[in-house]
Amino acid sequence: MELIFALCVGILTACGVYLTLRGSTFTVVIGLTLLSYAVNLFLFASGRLALNAAPILKQAEQHTDPLPQALVLTAIVIGFAMTAFAVILAMRARADLGNDHVDGNPPELEQTLQHKDKRS
Amino acid sequence: MNHLTIAPILIPSITAILMLLPPLAERIVLQRWLAWVSFVLLLAASTALLLQVDQQTQVYLLGGWQPPFGIMLLADRLSVMLVTLTAFLALCACLYGSAHEETTGRFFYPLFMFQVMGINGAFLTGDIFNLFVFFEVLLIASYALLVHGGGKEKTKASFHYITLNLLGSAFFLIALGTLYGTVGTLNMADLSAKVPLLAAETQAIAKAGALLLLLVFGLKSAMMPLQFWLTRTYAAAAAPVAALFAIMTKVGLYSIYRVFGGIFGDSAGDLANIATPWIWPLAIATLVFGMLGAIAAPSLRLLTANMVLISVGTLLLSFVMNGGQSLAAGLYYLMHSTLVAAALFLLADQIHVQRGHAQDRFVVSRPMKQAGILGAFYFTAAIAIIGLPPLSGFVGKALLLQGVTDSSERIWVWSSLLISSLFALIAFSRAGTSLFWHLSGSKSGTEVAKLAQLVAIALLLLASPLLTLFAGPVTSFTERAAQDIRQSTVLVQQVIAESEELTYDTH
Repeated sequence: MELIFALCVGILTACGVYLTLRGSTFTVVIGLTLLSYAVNLFLFASGRLALNAAPILKQAEQHTDPLPQALVLTAIVIGFAMTAFAVILAMRARADLGNDHVDGNPPELEQTLQHKDKRS
Repeated sequence: MNHLTIAPILIPSITAILMLLPPLAERIVLQRWLAWVSFVLLLAASTALLLQVDQQTQVYLLGGWQPPFGIMLLADRLSVMLVTLTAFLALCACLYGSAHEETTGRFFYPLFMFQVMGINGAFLTGDIFNLFVFFEVLLIASYALLVHGGGKEKTKASFHYITLNLLGSAFFLIALGTLYGTVGTLNMADLSAKVPLLAAETQAIAKAGALLLLLVFGLKSAMMPLQFWLTRTYAAAAAPVAALFAIMTKVGLYSIYRVFGGIFGDSAGDLANIATPWIWPLAIATLVFGMLGAIAAPSLRLLTANMVLISVGTLLLSFVMNGGQSLAAGLYYLMHSTLVAAALFLLADQIHVQRGHAQDRFVVSRPMKQAGILGAFYFTAAIAIIGLPPLSGFVGKALLLQGVTDSSERIWVWSSLLISSLFALIAFSRAGTSLFWHLSGSKSGTEVAKLAQLVAIALLLLASPLLTLFAGPVTSFTERAAQDIRQSTVLVQQVIAESEELTYDTH
């Protein structure tokens, strides 16, 4: 289980980082979302992985740490709000700047414009 | 328990919620008055708290839950000093914003309040996960405030800012997970007690987590390789927002002080002072980058943003140099640099408005309508921020220079601080000459500053001579505040030990 869990976190992080480094705002938002999934899973594992264990002390024979679960809950809520804001801002940037490049001026666009100028 | 401790968080949050409810939601005039009243209240409450904690550090257990399980607030001299500074800064910035910015977009005052609540919470919390939560509160308010007023520049700057900070939050959580997984607690004082007891094989993981925290706080405080967001963001933000942002880099610095001075400080056994070898070169690099940026800046707002970078570099240096003994001088410099940088952001906005198309760029333009008073403000602010006598910048830098005792450290600190002051002097003289004296024609525009705006700038600038005048009491206070990083950790550890005894008694 530990191996699968660690692989999941690793793959999600790798995909998240790759997408975050892309040039258009939409992939960046998707990348941030994947990254926050990875982070949530990671936080969850920080209390050690346990099967069939209740998150309450002294009530069950096997118990798991309740704190990481509370932390993950907080992190999910905050991550959700932040992603919503990033999506709205990306849409606004698309409207304000006329393209969805993270810098507001995609390099390809400039080149095609220059080509047009030369031809005309 | 003393409920005044939580007032700096409650006052702005309750005010913000009131402002969003129907009787006030659509009435900007009432909101304005409520904002003023609540900031004055906040300033009074923080000052009262400051007087109290100077006698006795306050530990506030939320809901009566015992640490390290419950969340706690820690009000000692260091945190309350910064809370009071925030309250004063927010009052001035809000006063300035009430003249114009309140109507350029919606929810100006509620967002402002939430931002102040987040900043105060980050200063007061004694729990590192709670620090993350308050970071997010202040960040989400700052995202919305940054785009306040709209426009291409703001949208562009804020997408970078938000992406970087979301990544920062992800790293923050990874660092917290790592620390919790190895040490098993998130209370700062408890962490500090348990880190020296770590087994050798888990130390490396804890170290990785701690240095990840340095990465996160470095991003918030704009430490060298992570500072590229700052200049553009601060220059694009509306003036009162930029002025309030002047305290935001200090939240990152404060967290560095707490985590790498308190938890991973001298008493951390094998992990003692792990961040020091990293902070040294990065602090000097930040200074150098800031002064190059200051020389290259084409407008007053960009110049001020670069001065913020220089102050971040200086404050990071003050944390590590002299074995951490110079932090008191650094705290004095922190107050000065925050207030003067905020004043310069506000002043740059007035210059921007009164110069018409030339804005605040260093080009030839028409004269300003109120060139006299703005010039006087500019002159005062420039002297203060460069560090020329007789204002507070000089006192702060002199204290820092005096504090270095080791001769090999002295070469680095003296040269970087003095050369950065020289560069600032050149940049500000050149800027002042072109803003006030390179004129085309003698016909000025019609825009004049409103009284509230002038008062806000004057109040912020007045702090500089006051800090000089009362340098004696202020520095003796900052010395006690610098020692608090260690002392309050010990105090909270005692509280934890007592509460553990209580728990066992009841069983």
